[in-house]
Amino acid sequence: MGNTYVIVAETRGGRLRQVSLEAVQAAVLASRDEDKLIALLLGHQLQEAATELARYVKDQVMVIDHPDLAMYQAEAYLAALAPALDQLQPHTVFFGHTAIGRDLAPQAAAHLNAGQISDVIAIAQTDDTVSYTRPLFAGKAFENRKFTASPQIITIRPNNITPAQPTPAPAEISELTYSPSPSLRTVIKEVVSKSIGRIDLTEAKVVVSGGRGVKSKAGFQPLEELAELLQGAVGASRGACDAGYCDYSLQIGQTGKVVTPEIYIACGISGAIQHLAGMSQSRIIIAINKDPEAPIFKVADYGIVGDLFEVVPLLTEEFRKVLSITS
Amino acid sequence: MNIFVILKQTFDTEEKISIQDGKIAEDGVKFIVNPYDEYAVEEALRLKEQHGGTVTVVSVGPERAAEALRTALAMGADEAVLIASDHPDYDEFSISTLLAAYFRDKAFDLILGGYFSVDSGGGQTAIRLARLLDIPHTSAITELQISQNKATVIRDAEGDAETLEISLPALFTAQQGLNEPRYPSLPGIMKAKKKPFLTLDLQQLHLTDAEIAPRTTRLSLSLPAARKSGRILQGTAQEQTSELVNLLRNEEKAI
Ligand SMILES: Cc1cc2nc3c(=O)[nH]c(=O)nc-3n(C[C@H](O)[C@H](O)[C@H](O)COP(=O)(O)OP(=O)(O)OC[C@H]3O[C@@H](n4cnc5c(N)ncnc54)[C@H](O)[C@@H]3O)c2cc1C
Repeated sequence: MGNTYVIVAETRGGRLRQVSLEAVQAAVLASRDEDKLIALLLGHQLQEAATELARYVKDQVMVIDHPDLAMYQAEAYLAALAPALDQLQPHTVFFGHTAIGRDLAPQAAAHLNAGQISDVIAIAQTDDTVSYTRPLFAGKAFENRKFTASPQIITIRPNNITPAQPTPAPAEISELTYSPSPSLRTVIKEVVSKSIGRIDLTEAKVVVSGGRGVKSKAGFQPLEELAELLQGAVGASRGACDAGYCDYSLQIGQTGKVVTPEIYIACGISGAIQHLAGMSQSRIIIAINKDPEAPIFKVADYGIVGDLFEVVPLLTEEFRKVLSITS
Repeated sequence: MNIFVILKQTFDTEEKISIQDGKIAEDGVKFIVNPYDEYAVEEALRLKEQHGGTVTVVSVGPERAAEALRTALAMGADEAVLIASDHPDYDEFSISTLLAAYFRDKAFDLILGGYFSVDSGGGQTAIRLARLLDIPHTSAITELQISQNKATVIRDAEGDAETLEISLPALFTAQQGLNEPRYPSLPGIMKAKKKPFLTLDLQQLHLTDAEIAPRTTRLSLSLPAARKSGRILQGTAQEQTSELVNLLRNEEKAI
């Protein structure tokens, strides 16, 4: 008999997240044919997302749908998840390394007394070992790890593992109940959503980043336009965040987010070692900087020495031309 | 208020990483307090200044981690505890089990830590600890206010700002933007030398090796392939951008 592999999927703006399909694929890569793959979906009004998810999961989708779970809240989500895990007795549980996964996975790990390998970017299975590759120092080094016991918990970094392919037949969808405990010690008071309609930085295929060279909040405008055209996200160096040009949630680097998009465009960023740690694994790096000696050019595939306020709008125009021909 | 900060000593973020005999080389490396934990120390000190109480800083680590604790004492923390562990293979399961054993008989209102450590970066230990102690937690906070027995915090969730109210005791992890950590002052550094500094080992925490045996283990280490130096485009800005888009389309097939 096989083991049970559980994927904890999530939605964003009502839609299934891409990283959840990557987590499904991670489960495929780590398991064997005889193992069972079950996805759990927590939240509210999940019908569409559950139907979508069922196309990719081999055995079963279990939905925990409750108004109190409409927004992530650490205690409530664990209270909903823990009984499901106790019932399923999983060998391995996969999460996305997202705001939710980063918070929920360690809680589940503590609940199950399990080991956890966080921020996994690749999975390899040999005869009797599954090894998980993850960054150290935000990507200045990498390690391969394995588990010495089960249950096992894993979080998957977005944009690194190819999403799962649809299975021949959709999985069966079932519902689990959640009854909120009156003893929760956390209450959500207010949410200021700045992310609505935006692509999450870590999941974006294109990232346009600004540094101190952008010079002001308003200076980010041309970068926003370029990012929007390419359906990407805007990021920043710590220099730009410290100067107050943008929110810290945009910071890329060793003490910020690590991104691995197809195209990374660094505008007015010098290329400090802490910044490079967060973006060096991008497929194509483009640097726009007026200083030909800036260290960012050492990691860039393509460099433009020039004033970003001249170059970025021109670049947007060029992209617009090409994209309008194709579409 | 009884405030505890859990902190980790890490490589300075300026350090390049090299591998020696299958391990990450530490020779000549400068160590610092994990930057996220530094925000936690600063926040604890501000709360103490506002509400009174004591700030105790706790770390699990090798002997050299004492220096990080001393830095926190020099910033203004009152007491330090080093849970001595020379075991390089301890994972987050081991460390959180050690910390939980330490906290089990402590009276605390607040435990603060960093969002993640900039070396191994798993972001697990603090949250595991909250679970093991069965106290509520919020991670990645950018604001913290205490009144009576409640904390009001703002959590950064992928750019969204969530305001939450939590009853104490509770654990919070610090996100960037929470505060601007102070530098240790010279008198602070002098005073730190006389502050209580406790070193604990496994036996004193009533734990056996088996109870904290890591659940995960490292198979190998590697460095990323060096990126090849790319091409600096030539010509006018117009020519450069046009060539770039052309390259991305026809050579890289990226758009
Ligand atoms: C503990 C610690 C952690 C850190 N973590 C991070 C991190 O996670 N991420 C991070 O990014 N940094 C981090 N840093 C900061 C890092 O060391 C650098 O200070 C920071 O990355 C610099 O930001 P910058 O490149 O925007 O600014 P600068 O270094 O000031 O560079 C600005 C660049 O803009 C160029 N420029 C100016 N005007 C124009 C123009 N009109 N057109 C084109 N180019 C122009 C300049 O030539 C220059 O190269 C950390 C530092 C410390 C101490």
